Amino acid sequence: MPNAHDSLFRALADPTRRALFERLCRDGEQTVGSLTARAKVSQPAVSKHLALLKQAGLVRDRHEGRQKHYSAQLRALAPLIDWTSQMAGFWQSRFDQLEVLLKRMDQ
Amino acid sequence: MTRPAPETRSVIVEREIPHPPEKIWRALTQPHLIAEWLMKNDFKPAVGHRFNLRGDWGGVLDCEVLAVEPNKSLSYTWNFAHDDAAFNLQSVVTFTLTPTSTGTHLRMEQSGFRPDQKQAYGGAKQGWQQFLAKLNQVLARVD
Repeated sequence: MPNAHDSLFRALADPTRRALFERLCRDGEQTVGSLTARAKVSQPAVSKHLALLKQAGLVRDRHEGRQKHYSAQLRALAPLIDWTSQMAGFWQSRFDQLEVLLKRMDQ
Repeated sequence: MTRPAPETRSVIVEREIPHPPEKIWRALTQPHLIAEWLMKNDFKPAVGHRFNLRGDWGGVLDCEVLAVEPNKSLSYTWNFAHDDAAFNLQSVVTFTLTPTSTGTHLRMEQSGFRPDQKQAYGGAKQGWQQFLAKLNQVLARVD
């Protein structure tokens, strides 16, 4: 049964697509041309990768004149990030520091 | 205690601490002590007082004191504004102190996360690089 996670993982499983996505995350919105200039593949290949990333909801495109601008959609990564364990880990480490402080307050 | 709306979730962290509630209360409510274990702040133990918690990563949390019951419980909002709704955070942190024979049972509940709220506070900055590093390992196993 297809689901959103499958397309997300499939889209990110390819190193070239991952590199394109990471570049959009780091540098913000870009045209296919500027992405191609820094990729190791042809413009049609870049366009094909971007189409797959778009299908997975990882990027959005916007037309401006004859140019197509792509931007990363961080929200699409949300299913991959488990905030509850992240937040619980944060509080555990803060409580460790709290205990260190309480010991010091005795002195 | 307020019951979170059904569409939100909570994080609960509990710990037995070998110190009396009065002492832990000081660490929870005095700004210079809070700064030592949590974050820099301009906290005051007064209901309605608005303050900020400033993280090492540069993020600033908007907070408001909701309830103060000396040596027993403390509750404040823990909000992080972000342009992207997935990273926006509106939550409530409640500390509860219960005396035990050996010290205190300290309970922290952070409630109000939406189910689509996968990233925690300022995670856009802090968790991102770590996430990308892990992503490579995860994806290597997918094929």
